[in-house]
Amino acid sequence: MKKIHIVALVAIAAIIAVLISMMGDLSTYETIASARQKQGQPVTVIAKLDRTVPNPIQYDPARNANFTAFYVVDSLGNKAKVEYHFEKPFDMEKSERIVLKGTMKGDIFEITRKDGILIKCPSKYKDDPKAAQNNLSRN
Amino acid sequence: MNYIGEHLFPGQLGHFLLVLSLVSSVVATIAYYRASNAKIVEEQKSWRKLGRLAFLIDAISVVLIFIVIYFIISSHLFEYHYAWNHSDKSLPLGYLISSIWEGQEGSFLLWAIWHGVIGIVLMKTAGKWESPVMTVLSFCQVCLATMVLGIYVFGLKVGSNPFLLTREVFQDAPIFKRPDYLSLASMQDGNGLNQTLQNYWMVIHPPILFLGFASTIVPFAFAIAGLWKKEHYGWTKISLPWSLFSSAILCLGIMMGARWAYESLSFGGYWAWDPVENTSLVAWLVMVAGVHTQVIYNSTGHSLRPTYFFFLTSFLLILYSTYLTRSGDLQDTSVHAFTGSGLNWQLRAFVFVFLLPGYLLYLARYKKIPYIQKEESSYSREFWMFIGSLVLFLSAMFIILFTSLPVVNKIFKTTFTVGSEVEFFYNRIQIFVAIVLGLLTAISQYLRYKDTNKKTFAKKLIVPTLISLVISAAISYLGGINYDRFGIGFLAAIHIALFTAVYATVANAGYIWSGLGGRLKAAGASVGHVGFGIFLVGVLISSSKEEVLSVNFLNPLNFGPDSDQKGTENLTLFKGVRTDMGKYWATYKKDSADKFDKKTYFHIEIEKKDNNKKFTLVPDLIRNTKGQEGLSANPAAKHYWNRDIFSYITYAEVMNADKDTAQFKLHPMANGDTVYYSNGLMVLEKVIPNPVTEEFDFKPTDTAIMADISIHSSSGRTFKANPVFYVKNNVVQYHMDTVFAEGLAIGLSQVIDNKHLGIIVKESSQLTPFIALKVLQFPFINLVWLGTIVMITGFIMSMVRRSKLMKRERVA
Repeated sequence: MKKIHIVALVAIAAIIAVLISMMGDLSTYETIASARQKQGQPVTVIAKLDRTVPNPIQYDPARNANFTAFYVVDSLGNKAKVEYHFEKPFDMEKSERIVLKGTMKGDIFEITRKDGILIKCPSKYKDDPKAAQNNLSRN
Repeated sequence: MNYIGEHLFPGQLGHFLLVLSLVSSVVATIAYYRASNAKIVEEQKSWRKLGRLAFLIDAISVVLIFIVIYFIISSHLFEYHYAWNHSDKSLPLGYLISSIWEGQEGSFLLWAIWHGVIGIVLMKTAGKWESPVMTVLSFCQVCLATMVLGIYVFGLKVGSNPFLLTREVFQDAPIFKRPDYLSLASMQDGNGLNQTLQNYWMVIHPPILFLGFASTIVPFAFAIAGLWKKEHYGWTKISLPWSLFSSAILCLGIMMGARWAYESLSFGGYWAWDPVENTSLVAWLVMVAGVHTQVIYNSTGHSLRPTYFFFLTSFLLILYSTYLTRSGDLQDTSVHAFTGSGLNWQLRAFVFVFLLPGYLLYLARYKKIPYIQKEESSYSREFWMFIGSLVLFLSAMFIILFTSLPVVNKIFKTTFTVGSEVEFFYNRIQIFVAIVLGLLTAISQYLRYKDTNKKTFAKKLIVPTLISLVISAAISYLGGINYDRFGIGFLAAIHIALFTAVYATVANAGYIWSGLGGRLKAAGASVGHVGFGIFLVGVLISSSKEEVLSVNFLNPLNFGPDSDQKGTENLTLFKGVRTDMGKYWATYKKDSADKFDKKTYFHIEIEKKDNNKKFTLVPDLIRNTKGQEGLSANPAAKHYWNRDIFSYITYAEVMNADKDTAQFKLHPMANGDTVYYSNGLMVLEKVIPNPVTEEFDFKPTDTAIMADISIHSSSGRTFKANPVFYVKNNVVQYHMDTVFAEGLAIGLSQVIDNKHLGIIVKESSQLTPFIALKVLQFPFINLVWLGTIVMITGFIMSMVRRSKLMKRERVA
């Protein structure tokens, strides 16, 4: 067997080992209900702000600039309170979708990493024609 | 209906040029194809002549399209949707240009322009390869031209046209029922440029990145030409300067984007393994792998098959990245992907129309591609270079696989996602890639092609090895690198990687003398590798020693098992109050606005506790473009040679949507009168006509009075307030005074009669302006930039040398 073949075999073995271990670390998108079943495990949930709550985002930087609480609802209508231990992300009010990465602790979804939130705004790169049209007819 | 005031000519010219560029690129493709396949020399020449002419027309018309768009944007012709949607009147020249590539159409055009330039250079230099190579390039121009066409074929949208009028885009909007719609307020200004793109790096980064994208087609086209014409020798030499150029420019473009992310986007770093970043990185990694196997082939005859494969794949990865970033599929994983534009089928087709013929041709010819039976010696340079290329390629495949999870999910209806530790997910594999690459980079140059004398190899390598051990041990020991968040194993890997990175730097710098006798002209590869080593050192130190300085000592509210992960990263600063920030004091001094009132600047004075050295950071908040209320943060940095201190505003009062609801109360007061407030009382001591103070300089002829009010708080403290009332240009005005400590705003709003003044008082908790600030420290970040520049210099040096050698060969 040639050296190059040995290298190839080693590389393939390494790739398979790495992939298997990485696949194990992948999480899946959960709903709020299924996240509740996985208490304390890192999960990813796609939800949006629960606008039926009068003040869906609570952030009082004068008291604590490192704590934001907000209410979300997922596409199945399940609701949860989220605690995010960082400043309120810019534009959060206008978000139409929020990707949350964290763990469910009881009824509260807790996020302890800064990048545990990804905010999707309707007009991020302004390619949303609906937002533009509203903007046009508003003033 | 005849609309008033529209400028239709630029649009008509633009439409014409779009069609012209499509037609001419189709003609160029066909002509060059015929030229490649023609048997008779005369026929070849005439087809090639036609191909050249058509390609030139295409190149010129693409440039003209760009100029017309720029004219529309810079003349603020908001009847055009592109200008209306992507620019506004307040933008300075540089950002007017960036507005062009805010839209997908503009960035496709940029790409096509660079193809035009590259094509013209190829006509002059590619020699007998011109026809097949230009066939591929012209065909790509056809594809790009359809991206900006904007027509419907059997109900299918083909491309999106940058010359559409605003009224054509929003056909049902009621305002377009009026012929004079252009005079309406909403048409007087555009939506503006996305605030995150209003950064000088965004003027220069996209053109460079797209030059990098465009350049990857050249090695691809040469590879296709080699397979097509079954000429496997020759193209690898002539295309070497091109693949080096591509590596250099793509690297520059990517790192300019990193610099932009570092300076503007408040990601808190230059690299976040964001899918948009990853997709261009993998194309670069594969291109660099290709450069190495190409050099191996040119020197030894080994590794031609992988060279073909890498160059085909690198360009295909660029196309794939175009699909990923523009299709909207990355919405849930990337912070800066485009949203979908309804052209997904076309973007997919763009990938497959190159992928299928490219790989099928490769497979069909695979058996015929020459290779050497005899295997490489373990003491040969080519063997270890090939291993290095393989590692680069595998690392790229690993990154792209997990970046593609959204696509995988779409195809297989799964719901996989990278967990919450996105960066570590990639870092823990890439750190081993760094270790292997660092090691290979260090030793490979000391090996000779074919075989190496083991004794001289060891002798030459021993000095750099020892030096590197000393240096990296010193960094490990003195640098206090103790990044243990992910355990001792990862920390150990960081230290090993640090050694190999230093080793790569030192060994390659040493090789310039010991191996090349100091001949810098020939040292392109060594210089490039030194740069790569420095870059790795910079990445390792700056990432593992990144530090949050703005730890909030005022809010020690975080307890519990993961308290160190719970944020304490934002510091609340009240205006004028010196606040403890670890090794520093921080004071929020004042704020100011720019002339368009788009930006608010916050002046923060930072004082080092141990030596009292002061400096001011001025981060700002920029008002978002029309249609998106709110503000975005722009960081400010203080650069030292060995570290950057980086700060941005995470909260300020101006961001607050719910306004101060406290009301002013009117109190008629005469001299000596007392009024109570919740925390004490205030007395009107006297009235001063036409006062001269720090702020005011009234003349005796003016009409102005100032109230002198003393405030006695229940805590026993006494304050002064001096509201002013004056008449200027027959308009009554008054100037409020505030007592922040008591949350009081006091004004003198009117003169009630010759004894009583109207004093207005508001009590509010929101009176004291404050901000939440985040301050980060990146040590030795400059090594990242320095390494990048040195690496690019190395690529360029090699490129220049190789093209000179090519020229000499051609003359000879």
